[in-house]
Amino acid sequence: MNLADLLSVKHAGLLFVIIFLGLIIGFTLRGRGRILVPRRKIHAFDRLRDAIGLGVESGSRLHISLGWGGLLGIPGIGSLIGLSIAKRVAKIASISDKPPVITSGEGATAVLSRDTLQAAYRELNQQEKFDSVLGRMSGVTPFSYAAGTLPVIYDETVSATIVGGHLGSEVGLITDATQRIGGVSLTGSDNLPAQAVMFGTTQEALIGEDYYAVDAFLDGEPVHTASLQAQDILRWVVASGILIGALLKFFGLI
Amino acid sequence: MKVPFSTAIAMAFGLIVLLGYFVDIPILITLRDVFVRWAVLLMTVALIVGIVNLVIVHWKKFSQDPGENPYSIILLVAFGLTLLVAGFFGPTSEWSLWIFNHIQMPVEQSLMAILVVVLIYSVARMFKDRGNLISLIFIATVLLMLILGVPWFGVAIPGLQGPGGIRSFIAEIPAVAGARGILIGIGLGTVATGLRVLIGADRPYGG
Repeated sequence: MNLADLLSVKHAGLLFVIIFLGLIIGFTLRGRGRILVPRRKIHAFDRLRDAIGLGVESGSRLHISLGWGGLLGIPGIGSLIGLSIAKRVAKIASISDKPPVITSGEGATAVLSRDTLQAAYRELNQQEKFDSVLGRMSGVTPFSYAAGTLPVIYDETVSATIVGGHLGSEVGLITDATQRIGGVSLTGSDNLPAQAVMFGTTQEALIGEDYYAVDAFLDGEPVHTASLQAQDILRWVVASGILIGALLKFFGLI
Repeated sequence: MKVPFSTAIAMAFGLIVLLGYFVDIPILITLRDVFVRWAVLLMTVALIVGIVNLVIVHWKKFSQDPGENPYSIILLVAFGLTLLVAGFFGPTSEWSLWIFNHIQMPVEQSLMAILVVVLIYSVARMFKDRGNLISLIFIATVLLMLILGVPWFGVAIPGLQGPGGIRSFIAEIPAVAGARGILIGIGLGTVATGLRVLIGADRPYGG
């Protein structure tokens, strides 16, 4: 194998994935048995805990919006994060009379949302709380999804909406509805236009990689904190690579 | 670590698909393509399940309290009619396209128009509720880009609009730099989450 082969995009990608995986496993093993807290403070998560607490006390419901991104490609990871949030929120809010409701705009995500809720209640031995209508599909196009989600917020005594998944600018309708009923919104997405709208319309918007740190902040297992540490290191590597590349280009060396 | 059977299956399939993208072994590439096609097929079946779920949810809502849930019956009737028309005449028939062009499109465009009002209102509310520096920069940039977005009375003002103006400077340099920074973060977060799912550390499903 020559140097050109080694530097091909495919091999560089594989190398990147192996290094990433190595860092995650290494940091996880180092952090085992210790209580790890992410160094950076993200106020949105404090607010989320408060919202869950208030929801439980007031007998209202949490609404989790998973968007319409489905499970394939980059939007799929956004949906998986949303499902992960749903699982943890269902466990935290399990003492509430009203279990959380999850809406999605894609069939597979809707099926997984029901599965996730059922698994959360099974782990807590509270299977009687599970109802298949708690994980529902509310529309299949971006705006029909938003339109189908609005009655959930207005009619089902929702006190907080957590948006986690792939959405577009129509997320503004969902967050506005939550604000109108006096609820709290916590939002995160992998989509840039949605992030801009979220920043303007919600109290707490998770921008960029903050959205991917949800697991570490909600349920800080060593692997999640290790994942954040690996991301921090690789962010510096990528940023340095871009700067060095720009300098080399500037001086005509590449 | 005790790994449930479903998780083991998910991990194995994920690993084969990932390797199929990086390693040029014909059997891996074939398996990757087959698995991705299966995934697409399963997602289509899941869409049908999702639609059935949507109908059940609204039927339950309507049957529990017909007076309080008028939208549910509208949805059920609209769904039934669309299914009949598309099923009888075909999804690309004149009648099906009429429903799409004269009902669905206008409704979605109306929602888009409402969204504009909602966003203007939200920016005003943001100015009132969150008067910090970042919010002020956000609002000032939005206003600047909107005001300079079109020529005033058909005349582009040099230095503000057009190539080399403030608007194009903001759009091409700070905005692109910021967007790339955010995208790098999203990319790293995506890979990290994917790897955690692949090694079974995260199971955002029932397993």
